Amino acid sequence: MAERDTDIHIELRGVRKSFGPKTVLDGIDLKVRRRSSLVIIGGSGSGKSVMLKCIIGLLHPDGGQVLIDGEDTTNLKGRDRDRVMSRFGMLFQSAALFDSLPVWENVAFGLIQGRGVSRRKARDIAIEKLAQVGLGSEVGDLYPAELSGGMQKRVGLARAIAASPEIILFDEPTTGLDPIMGAIIDELIVSTVRDVGATAISITHDMASARRIADEVAMIYHGKIIWHGSIDEIDHSGNPYVDQFIHGRAEGPIRMSVLKE
Amino acid sequence: MNPLAQIGRVVLHLLAEAGRLSLFLRDAVFMGLLPRWYIRQMAIQFVRIGYNSLPVVGLTAFFTGGVLALQIYIGGTRFNAESLVSSIVALGITRELGPVLAGLMVAGRVSAAIAAEIGTMKVTEQIDALVTLSTNPMKYLVGPRIVAGVVTLPLLVVIADIIGIMGGYIVGIHSLGFNSGAYLKNTVDFLEFKDVTSGLIKSAVFGFIIALMGCYHGFHSRGGAQGVGRATTNAVVSASILILAANYVMTSLLFSE
Repeated sequence: MAERDTDIHIELRGVRKSFGPKTVLDGIDLKVRRRSSLVIIGGSGSGKSVMLKCIIGLLHPDGGQVLIDGEDTTNLKGRDRDRVMSRFGMLFQSAALFDSLPVWENVAFGLIQGRGVSRRKARDIAIEKLAQVGLGSEVGDLYPAELSGGMQKRVGLARAIAASPEIILFDEPTTGLDPIMGAIIDELIVSTVRDVGATAISITHDMASARRIADEVAMIYHGKIIWHGSIDEIDHSGNPYVDQFIHGRAEGPIRMSVLKE
Repeated sequence: MNPLAQIGRVVLHLLAEAGRLSLFLRDAVFMGLLPRWYIRQMAIQFVRIGYNSLPVVGLTAFFTGGVLALQIYIGGTRFNAESLVSSIVALGITRELGPVLAGLMVAGRVSAAIAAEIGTMKVTEQIDALVTLSTNPMKYLVGPRIVAGVVTLPLLVVIADIIGIMGGYIVGIHSLGFNSGAYLKNTVDFLEFKDVTSGLIKSAVFGFIIALMGCYHGFHSRGGAQGVGRATTNAVVSASILILAANYVMTSLLFSE
C-alpha cells in the first residue's frame, strides 16, 4: 500500500446543489486524503455525478465550499479557475473523446491547447501515454469512432493522465463494459493512478469495481454522505443502507425513485 | 386549462429564452471573440461554412437571376419597359436577393450543422471534457464559427451577385433576345457602388446570426438524440426568421436618406 499521508487534499464543506425544485446535493461533507483512492457509491440519480462536477468546477454549488489543499475554489473564475482546473484530470462515463480529432490529438489536447506544447512534442507524449494504457502507437492515428468501448475508455484514461494531474476523477469507469474489460480498466486505473501519484475519486454503482480500486468508500444517499470508511470495513459497516446497496437487495431502507425529473 | 395561465407560461418562456440568448450573446462576443484565438479551428470553419457553401449559393443565385430576368421581362413588356431588365436584375440581386437567399441557404446548411455538432458534443459530455482540459468552449467552438460566418458570408454574396447577374444575362441573351453589349452596358451603368456594399453589410450580419443561432441551440440542447434533433430544427428556423427580420430593419436603416 502507498504511504498514507495524513493531510487532506480535497475537502467538501456543506456543498448544496439544486436544479429547480429538486435538491440533488443536500449538504455534502467529505474529506479526501492525498494519494488515496476514494470510491463514491450510490444509486442512480443519487447525486454522484453532480458532486463530481462540483468538485472539478463544471458545476457551481449553490452553497458550501470545495477546498483543494485548503484553498476555497468554489468561486474561482478565469485564470484562477484555469490554474485549479489544470491540476485535475477526468475520465468521463462515455469517454467523451473529441470525435473530430484523431486519438493522439485527443490524448495531447490538454498539452497542445492548455499548455502550449508543440504538436510534435505533444504527439510523442501522447504515444507514450497510450503505451501506458496498453495501446500501440498505430492506434494514435485512428479516430475515436473506430475504437471499441473498452479502447475508448483507455484513450480517455490516457487523456486524463496526459498532463500528469494531481487529482483524477473517474465517472463510472466500468459502466457499459463487459466484466473482463471492466476488470482490465480497473487495473489500469489503479496502476496509472499510482504511477502518476495522484489522488483519485471515482463514482460507481459497480461493487466489484469499487472493491478493486478503492482505499476508502463513501456512500451517498438523498444528497448526503451517509457512510464513509475504508474498503475493508464495508462488509461490517452496520449501516442498513450500505448493506442493502453492496448486496444489491431490492428490499431494504433505500427507496429508488424511478423518475429522473 | 386556464387560458390566462397558458398565456403567462408562454410569456415567461419567451422571457427566459430571451435572457438565455442575451447571456449567450454576451459570452460569445466577450469571451469567444477575444484572445486567445484558435487559428486552426478558424481555418476549418472557413472551409466548412464558406467554401463548402459555394455550390448551394452559386446554384441558388444562378437560377434566381434567370427567373428574375424572365419575370421582369414579362412585367416590363406591359409598360414597354423591356430595356430595364438588366438593371433591375442587377439591383434586385445585389440589394436583396443575393444576400437574403445566400443567407437563408447557408442558414439551412450551416446553422443545422453547427447545432447538430455542438449539440452532440454537449450531450456526450465533450464540452465538459473541453473545460476539464483548460479550454474555454466559447473560444474554441463559438468564436471561430462566428468569425467564419461574419467573414465568409460577404465573400459568398460577392460570388452570388456575380453568378446571379450572369444567370440573368444568359437568360436575357438566349431566351429574351437581348443584345449582349447593350445588356452589359445597362447593368454596369445603373448599378451603384452602394447597391453592392449595402448587400455585403447585411450579409455580414446574416453570417453572425447563422453562427450564433447554430451555437446557441447546440449549447442548450439536452436529452439525447431527440434533443439534438430539436436543436437543429430550432437553429434553422430561428436563424431564418432573424435573417428576414434583420433584413427589413437594416434595409430601412441603410436606405433612409
